[in-house]
Amino acid sequence: MTSQVPDLWPPSAQEVVFLLLGVVALGSALLVVTTRQLVHAALWLVVCFGALAGGYLVLTAEFVAWVQVLIYVGAIVVLLLFGIMLTRAPIGRSAGLDSGNRVTAATVAVGTAAVLVTVVVQGFATAYTPLEPGGGAAATLGASIFRSWVLPFEALSVLLLAALIGAIVLSRTDIRPANPAADAGGPAAPTTPPHPPDPAPPPADGSGATAGETGSGRVSRDGG
Amino acid sequence: MTTHYLVLSALLFVIGGVGVLVRRNAIVVFMCVELMLNACNLAFVTFARQNGNLDGQVIAFFVMIVAAAEVVIGLAIIVTIFRTRRSASVDDVNLLKY
Repeated sequence: MTSQVPDLWPPSAQEVVFLLLGVVALGSALLVVTTRQLVHAALWLVVCFGALAGGYLVLTAEFVAWVQVLIYVGAIVVLLLFGIMLTRAPIGRSAGLDSGNRVTAATVAVGTAAVLVTVVVQGFATAYTPLEPGGGAAATLGASIFRSWVLPFEALSVLLLAALIGAIVLSRTDIRPANPAADAGGPAAPTTPPHPPDPAPPPADGSGATAGETGSGRVSRDGG
Repeated sequence: MTTHYLVLSALLFVIGGVGVLVRRNAIVVFMCVELMLNACNLAFVTFARQNGNLDGQVIAFFVMIVAAAEVVIGLAIIVTIFRTRRSASVDDVNLLKY
């Protein structure tokens, strides 16, 4: 597929579209990193992902582009916005968003950018891919996935299931290990020691912790 | 053409890395990690075009799935930390145990 580089001027329409999309992606990525408002960072991330989806379309990877729009813009950014709301982050303009290691970050950034750009430019200077449409449609990509990538696909389905269960376990508040008195409410805590024998005989194994906690909560709610 | 895409991918990766190093809110750090993953995806798709096969696009698709799972777990952890520490700043979570 590699051929000689044709004339770079005049640029083709693909290159013009790609350059515009690249400028949009770079600018919005810089704004994600530098903006002072957290919600605006998430919204600029939408712009960046949209520009990258356009770049995938120019690269004739249609399926990846639509999956990018669906998963990143539709799911991940919405989840990030939910996270911003749930952690009661400051909505407006807020100071103190940056930590103090700007010099280290700038050094690392300049070094990484120099190495990556040098390697890429030297390694692929003469690489040119003539683009023809229809390379990455859903039919061909699905055939490729289900012919030669079945095992990673199934492993990823198990990974998604594990992530689902893990998120449920992490975010439920009524699953607590041994000591429920550590973060129980103030007035309910002193009444708990006399009462747990009352509602039911507690089981002897580890499940007694959650049963005792819910039992004490019920008792304190009745008393109050 | 390939070089342009790869340079864009490298610059996006560097911007995401700067964000991970500089920002203090854990959710913005997550956004910057997503930016770095997107830069890698762009490189994968570019190499898929360069080599004329579909493997890079399949890998980019898989990376998106893993990124979705990662965001779900990460946000659950951040919300749990916020519930106990009343803070979402990565500087406040500098101890593994207390």
